[in-house]
Amino acid sequence: MPLKLPKYVVLSALLCATASVASADGKTADLPALDPQTNPYNIRDGKVDFETYNGYRRYGGACARCHGPSGTGSSFAPALMDSVEQLDYAEFVNVVVNGKNIESGSRNRVMPAFGTNPNVIQHINDIWGYLQARADGAIGPGRPERIR
Amino acid sequence: MKMRRLLTAAGCVAVLGVGIPAQANEEVEKLQSKSGNWAMQLGNYKGHRYSELDEIDKSNVGKLQVAWQFSTGVLRGHEGGPIVIGDAMYIHTPFPNKVYKLDLDNQGEVIWAYEPRQPRDVIPVMCCDTVNRGIAYADGKIFLAQADNTLVALDSKTGEPVWSVENGDHTEGESLTAAPVVAKDKVLVGISGGEFGVRGHLTAYNIDDGSMAWRAWSTGPDADVKIDPEETTMMGEPIGEQDLGVKTWPGDEWKRGGGTTWGWFTYDTETETVYYGTGNPGVWNPEQRAVDGTRKGSDNKWSMSIFARDIDTGEAKWVYQKTPFDEWDYDGVNENILIEREIDGEQRKLLVTFDRNGFAYVLDRVTGELLSAEKYDPTVNWASHVDMETGRPQVNEEKSTFAQGTNTITKNICPAALGTKDQQPATYSPETGLFYVPTNHICMDYEPYQVQYVAGQPYVGATVSMFPAPNSHGGMGNFIAWDPIKAEIKWSIPERFAVWSGALATAGNVVFYGTLEGYVKAADMQTGEILWKFKTPSGIIGNINTYVHDGAQHIAVLSGVGGWPGIGMAAGLTDPQAGLGAVGAHSKLSQYTQLGGVLTVFKLPEELASR
Repeated sequence: MPLKLPKYVVLSALLCATASVASADGKTADLPALDPQTNPYNIRDGKVDFETYNGYRRYGGACARCHGPSGTGSSFAPALMDSVEQLDYAEFVNVVVNGKNIESGSRNRVMPAFGTNPNVIQHINDIWGYLQARADGAIGPGRPERIR
Repeated sequence: MKMRRLLTAAGCVAVLGVGIPAQANEEVEKLQSKSGNWAMQLGNYKGHRYSELDEIDKSNVGKLQVAWQFSTGVLRGHEGGPIVIGDAMYIHTPFPNKVYKLDLDNQGEVIWAYEPRQPRDVIPVMCCDTVNRGIAYADGKIFLAQADNTLVALDSKTGEPVWSVENGDHTEGESLTAAPVVAKDKVLVGISGGEFGVRGHLTAYNIDDGSMAWRAWSTGPDADVKIDPEETTMMGEPIGEQDLGVKTWPGDEWKRGGGTTWGWFTYDTETETVYYGTGNPGVWNPEQRAVDGTRKGSDNKWSMSIFARDIDTGEAKWVYQKTPFDEWDYDGVNENILIEREIDGEQRKLLVTFDRNGFAYVLDRVTGELLSAEKYDPTVNWASHVDMETGRPQVNEEKSTFAQGTNTITKNICPAALGTKDQQPATYSPETGLFYVPTNHICMDYEPYQVQYVAGQPYVGATVSMFPAPNSHGGMGNFIAWDPIKAEIKWSIPERFAVWSGALATAGNVVFYGTLEGYVKAADMQTGEILWKFKTPSGIIGNINTYVHDGAQHIAVLSGVGGWPGIGMAAGLTDPQAGLGAVGAHSKLSQYTQLGGVLTVFKLPEELASR
């Protein structure tokens, strides 16, 4: 489904391309190339690639304070390992970049816009991949192990 | 006899409400000295959370029953507790920070309600839920520190705002969660935002008109911090060196250096000194706070410190940094409880604090000298001990996230980032001489990494995985009795979850606390035996208070799960011993409780109360 995306997304896609080169230190050469739509993460013997591991870390720094550890949700914000099953990649990026504002009764829910935050945007594909791995049950809660 | 004393206490209150004393704290002190009231969040200026009421005691506490309940209409985490003055109770809620004045003569009928209009985009800059730790009363005014950084004074009779003032900017990541305290003619307000690169401060406003009396920053040049290096002491000696609040940081990192002040403030009315602690030093990646890449000279002052300040001027009398160069997020904001005890035959004015870092500190609160620092949970392993000459912790290099390095996982650090104790206030009984302390029993793996600062966005730079303390009872909390002189645990009650509720000790020899499942529990203060428990509608992160109404002692508490435990534990913590993917089913908080703010008030049945 084609979506009209804000200009931030174009910017973020460019930043992501740079980021995956910059984070090449821990990469394993023989893994299939990542693609957010078709191959968001690599898993082998229960261990994940560097990008997915990095997604876990960045999730911990920017998302877990509201959404709970390991994408499991909290008393404050929904479980993202479930949310990513309802969203496609473009919709996910749209929410992260522009934020969200829901008011229904006394359940005030506001998500900030992370569009200008390099700590999130440069790693958004890694975070997406990590949450997809969680949603698929490929990895459990807690710190995943890395393919070395 | 007992009942007559209670009635007299309640009777005095009505008289005291009339007339404005020369200094508001004289009024507040009188109100808190009457055991029928609960006039401030920590019970008294010294932070004892102790009541002389003894109608409810060991023999009858098992018969306690619900007198009435009141829904706050707000779902988020309810920290803090009710204030009772005479026949009125004041309660507050998390965002949107409603305040209700309830009529105790009519089982909590609403006398007035206040609900501020606040920008909704303040919600996501509140790290760890939209909590608020309560209101303060003085001089016919209710003081509320709103999430959006507005400090408002309400007329206690009508609920109408008398004045309001802006104490910060939420677009910079600043917010208010701490309870204000009125001391002398000033109201003290802290600031929150330690995970957003905020630069902390404590600010005093004049209670008459809200004009600022002084602001003391936690980092920066001495003039900003209100330090005179020749006069202000550290470990009993003048600091000597200038501007340590700048020099102990790389570049201008002190400008986003944290040291936020979201905990509790206590006050010594004799020396007119306010005591409080400062939070973590900004970004959680210690490498980004290291001067020339080394720990030496990188204390990140004055984060993680206890300040003793003159109430009139804000000048620092003494300061003590508990965790120089934090590497674990051990915010030093916990309450500093003021007690008088004999040490080596000499009567001393002491300050006792149960720090996040797992050490219980005893200081001379007049001189700021460190008298002892001992672990109050035996699992604490980030430091072996505190050097009594220098006051510095001896850091265990294996647990040093700086020594292990950026992008490296430092494993099995105890306590976890939320500390052996967080904001949940302890209680002290002058009768037993013991502290009763709600604690966390959780450890962590910690991995720091590089982040960039963006105003109004999280500035963390570490990921933490938490789990119940290994090789222990499997639970995530303990409620302990602590002897401050022997520095030892007298008894300990293991709990399934972190104990995140403020405790209440009473002259009835019963101590009360709440649990995250929603239980209010009463324990024998001598033995720790549980004498009574009741499950409220939601998990308790609020503080338990007591008061007298209509001649009967009541117990009151706000339940409403949320806050950091609601975020960290809702779905359970991973037990690393159980292998990848396993979560102890028992550790899932959402299995026990759901959201919802409710006030519950307890008393004894008529036939017991009137005896």
